[in-house]
Amino acid sequence: MTATQNEESRLAIRELDVHFATDGGDVHAVDGVSLEVAPGEILAIVGESGSGKSVTARSVLGLLPETAEASGAVIVSGTDLVGLSQAQLRAMRGEDVSMIFQEPSSAMNPVFPIWWQLGEGLRAHRPKITKKEIRAEAITALESVGIPDAAERIDRYPHEFSGGQKQRIMIAMALTLGAELIVADEPTTALDVTVQAEILGLLRDIRERTGTSIIVITHNMGVVADLADSVAVMFQGQIIERAGVRELFANPREEYTQKLLAAVPHLGRNSAWTALEPAQQEALTAAEPVVVAKDLVIEYPGRMGKPAFRAVKGVDFEIRAGEVYGLVGESGSGKTTIGRAIAGLERTTGGSLSVLGHEMNGMREKAFKPLRRRIGFVFQDPATSFNPHLTIEQCIAEPLVVHEQQLTPAERGKRVRDLLEAVELPGRYAERYPHELSGGQRQRISLARALVLEPELLVADEPTSALDVSVQATVLDLFRELQTRLGFAALFISHDLAVVDSLAHRIGVLFRGDLVEDGHGPDVLQRPTHEYTRKLIASLPVPDPVEQEKRRAAFQAEWGSGTPG
Amino acid sequence: MTLSNPEPIGEGDPAEADLAAEASAVASRRSTPWYLRLPIISHLRSSVGLQRGMLITGVVLVGILLLTALCAPLIAPYGFADTSADGTRFGTQQPPSAAHLLGTTVTGFDVLSRVIWGTRTAVAVMACAVAASLFIGVALGLLSGYVGGWLDRLLVMVADAVYAFPSLLLAIVMSIVISGGQSNAWGGIAAAAISITVVFIPQYFRVIRAEVVRLKAEPFVEAAKVVGTGHRRIMGTHLLRNATRTLPLIFTLNASESILTLAALGFLGFGIEPTSASEWGYDLNRAMADATSGIWWTGMFPGLAIALAVLGVTLVGESINDLNDPRLRTRRARRKTPRKQVTA
Repeated sequence: MTATQNEESRLAIRELDVHFATDGGDVHAVDGVSLEVAPGEILAIVGESGSGKSVTARSVLGLLPETAEASGAVIVSGTDLVGLSQAQLRAMRGEDVSMIFQEPSSAMNPVFPIWWQLGEGLRAHRPKITKKEIRAEAITALESVGIPDAAERIDRYPHEFSGGQKQRIMIAMALTLGAELIVADEPTTALDVTVQAEILGLLRDIRERTGTSIIVITHNMGVVADLADSVAVMFQGQIIERAGVRELFANPREEYTQKLLAAVPHLGRNSAWTALEPAQQEALTAAEPVVVAKDLVIEYPGRMGKPAFRAVKGVDFEIRAGEVYGLVGESGSGKTTIGRAIAGLERTTGGSLSVLGHEMNGMREKAFKPLRRRIGFVFQDPATSFNPHLTIEQCIAEPLVVHEQQLTPAERGKRVRDLLEAVELPGRYAERYPHELSGGQRQRISLARALVLEPELLVADEPTSALDVSVQATVLDLFRELQTRLGFAALFISHDLAVVDSLAHRIGVLFRGDLVEDGHGPDVLQRPTHEYTRKLIASLPVPDPVEQEKRRAAFQAEWGSGTPG
Repeated sequence: MTLSNPEPIGEGDPAEADLAAEASAVASRRSTPWYLRLPIISHLRSSVGLQRGMLITGVVLVGILLLTALCAPLIAPYGFADTSADGTRFGTQQPPSAAHLLGTTVTGFDVLSRVIWGTRTAVAVMACAVAASLFIGVALGLLSGYVGGWLDRLLVMVADAVYAFPSLLLAIVMSIVISGGQSNAWGGIAAAAISITVVFIPQYFRVIRAEVVRLKAEPFVEAAKVVGTGHRRIMGTHLLRNATRTLPLIFTLNASESILTLAALGFLGFGIEPTSASEWGYDLNRAMADATSGIWWTGMFPGLAIALAVLGVTLVGESINDLNDPRLRTRRARRKTPRKQVTA
């Protein structure tokens, strides 16, 4: 390699190999990765969990855990980072490379004000800096990331800012020392879609103003299409494809990339409602409701004299027999609370909620218990929703043990094996333990457990948000197929509009405890009536760079770019 | 122990397509026979270097302690209360000799025999105390954590009150209440064991309660509630089995503490009559006056026995603690490969 190439590229990774020593032996996490990032380039590294994308990006800052061993070269601004001492690495960090983390709320020290947090990096690199200088720098930094009243707000503490503002402050921290390269590890995954659009706009704006190179690690293809100039696809520790963003989305070269892109749900395509025959649509519209909510209110009691928190503020909706009802909303909008109330895990405080003809307001566990067998529930995180000490067979058979005690163990075993087959898993998995399965397999087991008593109503709380895109696609397919075959009514809760649209016959949009929109898929998505729904739809990045550019322009024309100036 | 093992990096979510490939990997993980997954044995297998050395030392010391207790009648040259053999008296405060390898005490007992028989008392008290506090503490913790409400508040308050009490003082009070301070072998052992039990129950109670409170909010418990599982089944199947993973640790640490408490009780004179069972703390107490007159053997050997027993059990406990925590566990280093030469 020649010196000229190094001057051209801000970051050059050559033949990077990272091994981890684990209990299961040696794991080869990164296998001969070579990359270059030009000044002002935004590179997206995509791949499924375990593909080594985070490890590659973290090695750029020398932030690998002790059990890791790296070889190869990571050259940032002409210095090879691999094998540098901790002191040398500290000098590099901040001035040359900086990092933005996934969870902004846990990346800041809660007991110090914002100016102090920003000053941390300044003090480390310029030991003689005064408090006055730090505060002045902090104000400039906050203003540059679009936080209003910066002079006043630098004395506030992290908890006084919203998640999106905290992520802005994290970006300001990364910029204060003039880093030329920023590594952003899933910077918008923990944020809501509308906030995500603002943060993406800010990152793009920073690149244009300062010429900073950015490496974005993400699994969200919409974010890639919206932000990146070029994309590196990682699979099993190797970069299998590296191309410009338009080229990659238009003509993916590798089979894996094609599969990955095909699995991404695309808003507005294959809507579940339009896929139905007119006769089926009519039958669904005429069906009897199994869940009826009228002016439903759910409150969480306040602490010590504080008023109760209203999670759900008077919501009306119906779920008819055989229908999939999709509930969409941001975090804190009350969608999970509604799902839990239907399953009897949360008490309602006002209005009326009737589930399978049973009134849930003021319900008694004894009276509700017989109804439990008619309701299935699929949890969000497949890793924690199984007792780790029970085999898959015992997990699936649990509802049978409780509700059908007359069954012999042999009959139960047969039911379990039939269900495993229904969720497309081999019957021999019955003897395994949950931790021996992958996330997608576990979510299939979760479906099997929810369906073992052949319920009339299924509540699925974000069942695919913890899964990789391609796994999500297969689980959604399975859900759709089982729903058509068994004909149960379902409440499908998700924050992802595209997922909900591909699955639900009707969609309800929740905003801070209010149901602001309710109707059939195409009606809600194409003719939204409420301002919030329109913003939600507009801020959702679609996995197509050309289309996304148009959408972005339209979004900025209506709601602004979210950055100062 | 499955909860404490995080998934190794790189094994998270293989594509659904290669089910078969993953199945074979899973099969190899499952093939470990059950006896290799037992607490201490699995720890031994996963340890390296200094941690392994500590664990092995601990296991050997505990093994010697248990073996000695088991075979005391075979190993000990005399009975624990013998002052003479074949009609000849041992004599008092005799230095170590061929007839009395570790000498004799001021009352004319054989020190070696006293030390060997003393292991029986120590092991008996340890087993009784730890077993009793384990069962009571776990049951109360499970109930308190699951039921919550006023029962929980009351039990926590009582546990805190017992905890705040100096444990030795409590043990003395209990031993007076139970046996009037002195008694025969089993009475003394029971008195010591019960007084230690009372002190230890809050530890098990707190640990189990904290775990149950945490587990109660886990989705798998909610999943059980959703299908209508009864309270007893939730407590027995879902909570208990997941809450007990820290028990081996407290178990071993408490075992060592119980030896110390027993010795302290004996040393203060609240232990067991020397003629009904041998007890190291009592022997230490009697040896106090000897130390100033240069008679070292009467105090040194019981003291050494206490120290070694406590050291062994503590080493096992501490090693288990370190090995259970993936952040503290050291792992076998990978074979170093020469760094690839890259021209920069």
